[in-house]
Amino acid sequence: MGMTMTQKILAAHAGLDKVEAGQLIEADLDLVLGNDITSPVAIKEMEKMKVDGVFDKDKIALVPDHFVPNKDIKSAEHCKCVREFARRNEITNYFEVGEMGIEHALLPEKGLTVAGDVIIGADSHTCTYGALGAFSTGVGSTDMAAGMATGKAWFKVPSAIRVNIVGKPSEWVSGKDVILHIIGMIGVDGALYKSMEFVGEGIANLTMDDRFTIANMAIEAGGKNGIFPVDDLAIAYMKEHSTRNYTVYEADEDSVYDEEYTIDLGALRPTIAFPHLPENTKTIDEITEDIHIDQVVIGSCTNGRLDDLRIAAKVLKGRHVAKGMRCIVIPATQTIYMQAMEEGLLRIFIEAGAVVSTPTCGPCLGGYMGILAEGERCVSTTNRNFVGRMGHVNSEIYLASPAVAAASAVTGRISCPCQL
Amino acid sequence: MKAAKGLVFKYGDNVDTDVIIPARYLNSSDPAELATHCMEDIDKEFVNKVNKGDIIVATKNFGCGSSREHAPIAIKAAGVSCVIAETFARIFYRNAINIGLPIIECPEAAKGIDAGDTVEVNFDTGVITDVTKGTSYQGQAFPEFMQKIIAAEGLVNYINQK
Repeated sequence: MGMTMTQKILAAHAGLDKVEAGQLIEADLDLVLGNDITSPVAIKEMEKMKVDGVFDKDKIALVPDHFVPNKDIKSAEHCKCVREFARRNEITNYFEVGEMGIEHALLPEKGLTVAGDVIIGADSHTCTYGALGAFSTGVGSTDMAAGMATGKAWFKVPSAIRVNIVGKPSEWVSGKDVILHIIGMIGVDGALYKSMEFVGEGIANLTMDDRFTIANMAIEAGGKNGIFPVDDLAIAYMKEHSTRNYTVYEADEDSVYDEEYTIDLGALRPTIAFPHLPENTKTIDEITEDIHIDQVVIGSCTNGRLDDLRIAAKVLKGRHVAKGMRCIVIPATQTIYMQAMEEGLLRIFIEAGAVVSTPTCGPCLGGYMGILAEGERCVSTTNRNFVGRMGHVNSEIYLASPAVAAASAVTGRISCPCQL
Repeated sequence: MKAAKGLVFKYGDNVDTDVIIPARYLNSSDPAELATHCMEDIDKEFVNKVNKGDIIVATKNFGCGSSREHAPIAIKAAGVSCVIAETFARIFYRNAINIGLPIIECPEAAKGIDAGDTVEVNFDTGVITDVTKGTSYQGQAFPEFMQKIIAAEGLVNYINQK
């Protein structure tokens, strides 16, 4: 029985020729990540360990991005704790406000994640780097502490689901629609404990930003990781952003999958996840009533990249957000912010009546910068629409692509650009 | 490992870590403070009713969503002695083991046990007993490696002992 992409990466990092699903292994880590919410807990745990310091100051990334620039005194204290830890341990990849961005957009951009890596991050959306052919997965703070101290983590080798992607997406269909469609099909625990391995000729029709979005939300199906094969586009991305050596792992011909699905990109329609689970999906055509909204958020580790902003700007250009609507645009990193500025996208957003924020996770998790009041509805390009996720327990979040979010900002109700 | 015994709080599918501990409280990492908001967005009365040793029982995919370790920390600090579920989301599963919060997977128990029942869990055998109903279930025993982490009351102690 052959191995999947994920199993091959794990075997190589555990010093084994072969692993199989269910096996417990200890793997060497190429990168350990934490943010301003999870790192303080990890730092406290690491201080209880009998170690002198971190295993490798170049293989740790600390990205304060959730509540920065600090939203209150308590979050300022957390960030101070992370900053001082970084200084004390001479962490190479600590990103202060001004350099930082939303972690899962920032690390690939900085060249810190490449194909063949094993990466853990104390943030559930760490699975994003699978877009580049890495094994990356979210963990908690104690795992992060142990990873920083020892450079190792324990894993149960996952079995896998194979998603065969074919065809070409039509206009206004992007990576977000692909992953929402898949989650709607298999459910929020459809890939529980498993890898989601995306394969097929249709991948060539997905941009890198589409792939980051898809891998990013593997966790929303319960997946341990999401992973793509490494093609010319991925190699070009890594060469542009990184000086590190990458390793390409391909699944064996006789690798075994728990389930296999085929997704025809050409058949997909703009897809929206209704409250309060990402699996409650409907296509735009299935929405028969007007769903009025109060706020739109375009950003996050899921959809705050340049492609996302370009699509939103294409929709908003020459148009205006509906009266009474709040439209919040959040470029995910400083580089994306600057590119958006140079391309004139920020002007389009501001002229349309949107606000443009510094990079932050803020509204996605109900931290700040766009909290919802009781009874309010938001169309958001973020990744979770759980009860109370963005504010009041009686508020509602509709997850959608940047295209649908921007169009909805214009009409004041859930809409597709094709309906404008 | 010591057995757990207490009254049951029962929840359904997909209890996410946002409702276990909402992000508006994540500007703190103090277990005692987190415990005062535990389960707030799904069950406002939980913190007023929970007693030391009580048990949470839920159905599918308990602890899904955010990786925040604050979720199992809040549950443990609230006094909960064990979480029984049909399945756990994987990051929550790891986190619970790593911080020494006993959890056990058992679909039959998750279905059969009701809120308010008195339940006892023997971690050595994996046997879950519903004392109120007089029924018992065989839960999934942990692999030896995980048992060692739990016995050490968490990953940090386990690594220190190695």
